[in-house]
Amino acid sequence: MNEMRTETRSVVVEREIPHPPEKIWRALTQPHLIAEWLMKNDFEPAVGHRFNLRGDWGGVLDCEVLAIEPNNMLSYTWNFTHEDAAYELKSVVTFTLTPTSTGTLLRMEQVGFRPDQKQAHGGAKAGWQGFLANLEQVLARID
Amino acid sequence: MPQPHDVLFRALADPTRRAIFERLCRDGDQTVAALTARAEVSQPAISKHLAVLKQAGLVRDRHEGRQTHYSARPGALAPLVDWTSQMAGFWQSRFDDLEDLLKRMDQ
Repeated sequence: MNEMRTETRSVVVEREIPHPPEKIWRALTQPHLIAEWLMKNDFEPAVGHRFNLRGDWGGVLDCEVLAIEPNNMLSYTWNFTHEDAAYELKSVVTFTLTPTSTGTLLRMEQVGFRPDQKQAHGGAKAGWQGFLANLEQVLARID
Repeated sequence: MPQPHDVLFRALADPTRRAIFERLCRDGDQTVAALTARAEVSQPAISKHLAVLKQAGLVRDRHEGRQTHYSARPGALAPLVDWTSQMAGFWQSRFDDLEDLLKRMDQ
């Protein structure tokens, strides 16, 4: 219980997009637009607002808005609860928009906190079987 | 998505191959004959599946006399269980959709 060995890792994806920050901001913050590129949601642009992102694969992410700076920065939690702790994910997603001469540099950074990494990578036989059972879901998620 | 994932996914997309790989993970080293005895497909079919798994780095073969033994290399799955590479692929494809959306939106 107090064995809280946590490991933090992050993913950064950046892309130059030939559209102004204001337009990208709308796509990041209006629910019907978010649904078109990310997932179905009940997002509201208010700090502290709790919402869900619902993936086509049936997964539901629990999110809470942490920070908003219009046309500039948006941050929310991105948590996935799973009965098997190896699949749990607690993370924070932060989008940053920087104007460029041709549009916007969109940066997404996801910082993840995952309890006891050993459980996921230990190679326990049960773990691999669980993983294989979930392979279809992974396939559906990453296309 | 990065190519190594494609190879792994293709290798594991087939239920017979997945069953072979799971058996090797569970029961350890097996000969082709032993694998065939417990499967519902012919030995040449099993050998073909093993070749695909081997190409994906998921199994390793070892010759012993006239027998070939196969064992699982679950470490080959690391890129898939590593959430950072999963998420990077996820966000790349989401950004593709975002760009499509932006093209359709008016200023």
